[in-house]
Amino acid sequence: MTIWDLHCHPASFGGRTPEEAMAETIRLCDVMGIERVCVYLSTLAHADPTPAQFRQHNDYILRCVGHFAHRAFGFAYVNPNYAAESVEEINRCVRDGPMVGIKLWVARRCSDSVIDPIIQRAAALNAVIFQHTWSKTNGNLPGESTPEDMAALAARHPRTPIICGHTGGNWERGIRVIRPYANVYADLAGSDPTAGFTEMAVRELGVSRIIYGSDTGGRSFSSQLAKVHGARIPEGAKRAIFSENLKRLIKVKG
Amino acid sequence: MPVPVVDTNVYLSRWPFRRLPCDDTPGLVAKLKSAGVQRAIAGSFDALLHRDIEGINRRLAEECKAHGAGMLMPAGCLNPAIPDWKEDLRRCQETHAMRVIRLHPNYHGYTLEDSSALELLAEASKRKLLVQIACEMEDERTQHPMVRTAAVNPAPLFALPNGGGRVQLLNHRGPVKGKSVWIDIAMTEGVHGIQRQLQAAGDGRVVFGSYFPFFYLESALLKLTESGQTESGIARANALRMLEEPR
Repeated sequence: MTIWDLHCHPASFGGRTPEEAMAETIRLCDVMGIERVCVYLSTLAHADPTPAQFRQHNDYILRCVGHFAHRAFGFAYVNPNYAAESVEEINRCVRDGPMVGIKLWVARRCSDSVIDPIIQRAAALNAVIFQHTWSKTNGNLPGESTPEDMAALAARHPRTPIICGHTGGNWERGIRVIRPYANVYADLAGSDPTAGFTEMAVRELGVSRIIYGSDTGGRSFSSQLAKVHGARIPEGAKRAIFSENLKRLIKVKG
Repeated sequence: MPVPVVDTNVYLSRWPFRRLPCDDTPGLVAKLKSAGVQRAIAGSFDALLHRDIEGINRRLAEECKAHGAGMLMPAGCLNPAIPDWKEDLRRCQETHAMRVIRLHPNYHGYTLEDSSALELLAEASKRKLLVQIACEMEDERTQHPMVRTAAVNPAPLFALPNGGGRVQLLNHRGPVKGKSVWIDIAMTEGVHGIQRQLQAAGDGRVVFGSYFPFFYLESALLKLTESGQTESGIARANALRMLEEPR
């Protein structure tokens, strides 16, 4: 079964350079049967990065994908607090470069319309849009989006596919929140391998709106692959979640 | 051919907050067998919130015998914060022939520094019982908002002269440096997470635990592959040594 991983942070794999980190990433991908990975961020240190900082992250990722173009896709890290500079960065990394998507993290909640120029530019380039979300029982960061923020964003951009990172972590809530928005995809990555997550997502969203990702290196590949390998869903659904849905989104880039 | 495994961390009965796939004992046993699990130490989810301890342990022992004889080892529940827990301990061993007890301090309102907990560890040690301590049952970020618990701090164990007896930590997230306890891999996370755990705890102290059926069983199984440990003691031999059984 072909596996593409939506959500991977190679900097956590060790090594002195991006190339060494990616070499270890790909070695473990081979062990675990993963054909391709989407990579972003060079560190978790910049939750609200300046333009100089997000360019530095993206330079790291450009080196990662430069040496492993046949195995890795790059996503550009951008920040809604610097919307104009982020649009320029999308031009640099996606329009002019090899990257295929953008990563939005916790600098500003995605319900805020300041993000719209970023979404519009990414959509115009058919870039995959990945927005981190959590709905933490013990409280979110001030700029951290919830699935409810994602719903507001999706309603403003109904024709733009957007990935709801982590499905809000509290997935029973997150799945419900994004259910009405056909342009929103559920990312399985980065939470504990709690049995029933994938089954509920398939039941409520349909197989075509769910994408496997790991969030390695904070997570292992194992715990996240288990969410699909171990789910009581048809083999066809596993194929869709493991690669077909993501291939469809990335292929749109043309 | 699956790797032969001894799983030190499974649960029977019902998780209080949702139904889980395989939360019926025959279904759980069938899944474990299909994955190569030869033996499994089973606690009860009822232990978290129920107060009739003997009722929990009686059902657990009966369920293991009825559906998992020779495979499921019941791990009795104890709560040293409620009266007459020593009688529960006696019954675990003498009535139900249990060799393992499983504690849930963060659901029962005590810490491992409390005198009652220390007394329980000493009593269990005298009886040569293995004590499993569940450090957490669910990520704090995803807990039910009305029932929140912080993870158990195992550090007080490491200050005890003998580590509190024969003790295993379940569902501990980070590497454990105290080399007097065993630790399972259910919540060991991150790239090279198992390797870090092995370096911290020592090769012989890391054992297989899946936390099935709360977690997908495949998570712990795949960790053996990812870490290159399918042939090591983690899968089976370390657990048998912990249980003081022949390998």
